[in-house]
Amino acid sequence: MPEASTNGTPTIQVQNLAKWYGNLAALDDVSFDVQKGEIVGFLGPNGAGKTTAMRILTGYMPPSSGTARVAGFDVFDESIQVRKRIGYLPETVPLYTEMSVWDYLDFCARLRDVPERDSAIERVMEMTSISERADTLIGKLSKGFRQRVGIAQALVHSPEVLIMDEPTIGLDPKQIIDIRNLIKSLAGEHTVILSTHILPEASQTCSRVLIINNGKIVAEDTPARLSARVRGAEHVHLQVAQPAPNAVQELEKIQGVLSAQAVSDGVYEIETNLGSDRRADIAVLAVQRGWGLLELRPVSLSLEDVFLKLTTSEELPQ
Amino acid sequence: MRNIWTITWRELKAYFVSPIAYVVSALFLVAMGYLFSLILINTRDASLRPLFNNMVFVLLIMAPALTMKSLAEEQRMGTIELLLTAPLHDWQVVLGKFLGSLILYVVMLLGPTLYYALILHVFGPPDYGPVVTGYLGMLLVGAAYLAIGVFGSSLTQNQVIAFFVGVVILLLFWIADAAGGVFGAGALSDALTYIALPRHFNDMFRGIVDTTDVIYAFSITAIFLFLATQVLQTRRWR
Repeated sequence: MPEASTNGTPTIQVQNLAKWYGNLAALDDVSFDVQKGEIVGFLGPNGAGKTTAMRILTGYMPPSSGTARVAGFDVFDESIQVRKRIGYLPETVPLYTEMSVWDYLDFCARLRDVPERDSAIERVMEMTSISERADTLIGKLSKGFRQRVGIAQALVHSPEVLIMDEPTIGLDPKQIIDIRNLIKSLAGEHTVILSTHILPEASQTCSRVLIINNGKIVAEDTPARLSARVRGAEHVHLQVAQPAPNAVQELEKIQGVLSAQAVSDGVYEIETNLGSDRRADIAVLAVQRGWGLLELRPVSLSLEDVFLKLTTSEELPQ
Repeated sequence: MRNIWTITWRELKAYFVSPIAYVVSALFLVAMGYLFSLILINTRDASLRPLFNNMVFVLLIMAPALTMKSLAEEQRMGTIELLLTAPLHDWQVVLGKFLGSLILYVVMLLGPTLYYALILHVFGPPDYGPVVTGYLGMLLVGAAYLAIGVFGSSLTQNQVIAFFVGVVILLLFWIADAAGGVFGAGALSDALTYIALPRHFNDMFRGIVDTTDVIYAFSITAIFLFLATQVLQTRRWR
């Protein structure tokens, strides 16, 4: 994913945004920027504030305090200008079940004053692979098709900014891949914000991830750097055929190895200094001692581990 | 303006795929046909005035039935989020919905009753003045009723609740002048008498168009559409 250019004002600027429902903070002093052409993922457990943030950006609800600007327009004071530039797929896909797919998309295109409606509708139906269902009533469609009609609706006016709340929910694995590829293909020309609680989705589609928990941004970086940052140490997985009883002590003698642990018979988890690769030394040791080296590989923390670490560690102090 | 029409057009199409439009229209016309013949047989008078008086009453139930779905269903299905994030103002959504129900009312309810005027024309020409002003009155009364119905529909996700809220508000307007007597003579009593619905339309059914009555109908319509818009807007703050 190309790094977005940092010159020029960001497409989305959010400053100290907060939203209160009574005493409950759905969003608490959130600030972030999104550059043109980026795909940014909101990642967080259910109820973290992802939907609230999106609803404020799309002008559906005003913030309690703070400001948000889309394409230079304030989401509250210049709401109509903002809405013209946004395509939005809400969490509950807003479909009229009694309309056909074509009629529905035509309605959405009219609402947004799309100049050449027929070709725009054909284009988005092609993009979301729903062309063959143009005349089907939406009420008769499966969940996967409905979701794609929702995405088509968000794209029909070629918006500058695309905001999608859980875009791949309810799709089967093949469709999920199609939609992810579609979203990736939109990068560059469109700026995309999507929310998800499925971690591989964020690491595969997004150029940047904001981890939101309890209404606050707890981390913000590229998926790769996020996992590196939380890691703190490198982990190596070692499996041998005939382990010696003192293998752990032997391993810990290697320079740069912080600790070694026998997970099960002949299987060891070895922690080494961050940024140092001790695998060659470990291999030499295992061969010299005649342990019978079976497997030696680095263990990288998945975004899942990062996520759990960030969203659960916060609750510990209380 | 085109935005409003987009909403109106979708609303009209939605009416005709659901049974509501057909059921309400059919029941209304059955009631009107029965009343028309009964009145004609009893009075032997070539006039639509008694029919209009009955029509206004039957509409107390029919108008909220037409509008109960309009905003309640959008809120229940979540499609309101599509409309409120589209580049149009909240009042345009409300007005579009209202115009949809008004057009349906004119075409499916009021329109077919012209047949009775035709019957009167054939069998003994009526006085055409009161017929024309009577239909104008029915149009204004219908608009006020439907605006109240749309307001009821803005308050809830539930069509049944929307219906009853509409009916109850209309009933209160209908009998407001009765409450006026309780307070004796005075400003409050005058106000309650003024806002009562029936007296504003009796004149029009008799062939007299008084501007205060026309203003009254427009005011009721505008106020309740405004209130419905406000309800939608407060929904955003929750």
